[in-house]
Amino acid sequence: MITPLENIIIKTLCRLLIPFIQLFGLYVIVHGHGSPGGGFQGGCILAASFVLVVVAFDLPEAKRRFSEKLNNIFCSLGVFIYAWTGWMCLLLGANFLDYGILNKILPVNPVMARYYGMFSIEVGVGITVMAIMVSLFLDLVTGGKHEEALDE
Amino acid sequence: MISEQFPALIIVFPLIMALLINVVGWWKKGLCFYMALLAISASFISSLGILKTVINKGTIHYRLGNWEPPWGIEYVVDHLNAFILVIVSFISLVVTIYSKKSIEKEIPEKIPQFYTVFTLLMMGLLGITITGDAFNLYVLLEIASLASYGLIAMGDDKAPLASFNYLIMGTIGACFYLLGVGYLYIVTGSLNMADLSQLLPELYQSKAVIVAFAFFLVGVSIKMALFPLHVWLPDAYTHAPSTVSAFVASTMTKVGAYVMIRVMFTIFKPYFAIEIIPATTILGWVAVTAMMFGCILAIAQTDFKRMLSYILIAEVGYIVLGISVANRMGMTGAILHILNDAFMMACLFFIAGAIMYKIDTGDISQFRHLNRKMPFTMAAFTIAALSVIGIPPTCGFFSKWYLILGAIDAQQWVFAVALVLSSLLSAVVFFRVIENVYFEGSRGQGVKGSVFDEAPMSMLVPIYIMVAGIMLLGVFSGKIISTVIQFAVPTGF
Amino acid sequence: MGTIEFIIGKYNYWVYIILMMVGFYAMIAKHNLVKKLIGMNIFQWAIILYYVSIGSKKGGATIPIIQNGHGEVTHAIEAAQYLNPLPHVLMLTAIVVGVSTTGVALALIIMIYRRFHTLEEDEIIDILRAPNK
Repeated sequence: MITPLENIIIKTLCRLLIPFIQLFGLYVIVHGHGSPGGGFQGGCILAASFVLVVVAFDLPEAKRRFSEKLNNIFCSLGVFIYAWTGWMCLLLGANFLDYGILNKILPVNPVMARYYGMFSIEVGVGITVMAIMVSLFLDLVTGGKHEEALDE
Repeated sequence: MISEQFPALIIVFPLIMALLINVVGWWKKGLCFYMALLAISASFISSLGILKTVINKGTIHYRLGNWEPPWGIEYVVDHLNAFILVIVSFISLVVTIYSKKSIEKEIPEKIPQFYTVFTLLMMGLLGITITGDAFNLYVLLEIASLASYGLIAMGDDKAPLASFNYLIMGTIGACFYLLGVGYLYIVTGSLNMADLSQLLPELYQSKAVIVAFAFFLVGVSIKMALFPLHVWLPDAYTHAPSTVSAFVASTMTKVGAYVMIRVMFTIFKPYFAIEIIPATTILGWVAVTAMMFGCILAIAQTDFKRMLSYILIAEVGYIVLGISVANRMGMTGAILHILNDAFMMACLFFIAGAIMYKIDTGDISQFRHLNRKMPFTMAAFTIAALSVIGIPPTCGFFSKWYLILGAIDAQQWVFAVALVLSSLLSAVVFFRVIENVYFEGSRGQGVKGSVFDEAPMSMLVPIYIMVAGIMLLGVFSGKIISTVIQFAVPTGF
Repeated sequence: MGTIEFIIGKYNYWVYIILMMVGFYAMIAKHNLVKKLIGMNIFQWAIILYYVSIGSKKGGATIPIIQNGHGEVTHAIEAAQYLNPLPHVLMLTAIVVGVSTTGVALALIIMIYRRFHTLEEDEIIDILRAPNK
């Protein structure tokens, strides 16, 4: 179904490009709460780097680096980070997602607690968006039959 | 302490659980059912808590992230919300119990996926009901719709095509809603429903506001399958797995009706929809057509589930009729009918699923002698059918009674006649099935070996919970109206 | 205001309406499921364009992020200097919704193709109506 493409130029270029794409994606995620950017955009950039692995190399190679199971766990992990940040606020006695209260467990003032709360939300969103985009791409490109695509 | 947090918990708990089911489903499929049951029970308990608080203390305002309302997202729960929340979460609890056997038979290889998406669907519906922010409602509407596209596509061979058509129509509906929000945002600069309803009255002559209202109405009508925009519904609900059709038929159209009430009478003041543009008059005639059309087409169907889908279109017509007569009686009837219809539709689609489980067909002509094979299911079917027709003491009678009183109050004699006429037509629809089951013994071949072979207990119990609900709601309808519904009728009537 | 100014002055609305109608036409008139999906995407994207255009502003407007906003400097930002970011943020969510809708639709199309080996609606209906199937 998917045949590996033997092209030394593409492979070498991608090998060089992918780390920088990922670094840029992480940059966009971690600066999302203070400047333009954020989890959605950064997550998409990160996902693009994985898509590039699949396009430039082949599916088994990409799977070896990032298996479907791991991807699924990442999907849920992001939402957990998001939801647990909200739950922490809730357990500490404030409303859902009212991060100011997090200064009870973080050694900072409420303003900075809000800052870190937003940060962890953005990280959660970024992880989920990345995992979902990758799994959408893999599902569509293999027609939902991952294992069969590997055998062929 | 914890009761203050119920509006957040009712959404967040199923959300977390849905994702957990997705992960756990990779190595332990058996756990998925229990986790979904846990999440949905928690939501049901929260919704009861919310209803209790609302009855005792009045409207709840919950600020997400503690931001001030016009800027932050606010959850507002008044009597109407709380009432719909209880209905949706109770129905989903019963559907979950029912789903165990039915899903194991119909889609055994997709159990974790089913429960993940099912829990998300319930979360989306509860979210639509609870939110007080117009754009947040759009997002949750799309979550619920996307989940239902996925669930419907899990059905038989024709399901993906039906689901695709539903997706195209549903997206048009959601986009129209989004456009409506956009026009209101241009003229007011606000997305909060309470804020909008305060800012809008000065702008009622503006063309942008009227266009926004039209977009809202058409978008919501597509989502709730109001008559000329219903074309996606029969295919989608016929080919979906029976658990899914029971859930979406009993809740999604009702939540659509709720959104319609919210938009027409909370975001806009009632006199806008009644006097400034004649929306209620148009809706009234559309509803009458829907009632007639649904019942007449239901008579023509040979497939049981497809017949029920057309009945559902007629039932949506009843609710919209109650909204469109726009007086106290009519609104009471509409809100009561939302509750009753959720129970009746859930019960009927449960029965369709139980028959499917035992004889693998939905063809009505194959139902002969079924009363010997499945006597309890068929007894339940008879009661549910009587309720849809509207015979006392079942609950269907009381909501129709209020609807007719509302139509008479508004001096819309045609509407009152149409209500009675469509009840007669639904009697024809259901007696055709009942006759086929009970009285055609002498001729025809019937179900082979019509010996006693009842549906499993985990399907019968939900069916009988619904039957008990139909009877009890009828008996206690006065009490329900005096405690909840009379406060749920929007202000201005 | 003359007709010409009326048309040119509100060109963003005209563009969005034309795009939306293109998408609507494709959804209604095309028989190929993928073309329908493309029509749906054009439809959604037209609405996103409309939201972005109502939030945009010409001539050096900036984002409303206050430098040293927490206490040290307390100057108010004037509304004329910044553009309203809310429509753009709303569209971020709408884009995500659009992407997931497209994903679900593509998955459904793959399922349909596997069962019927065609994506033309007429041919699928012929297969469904065939008596022996």
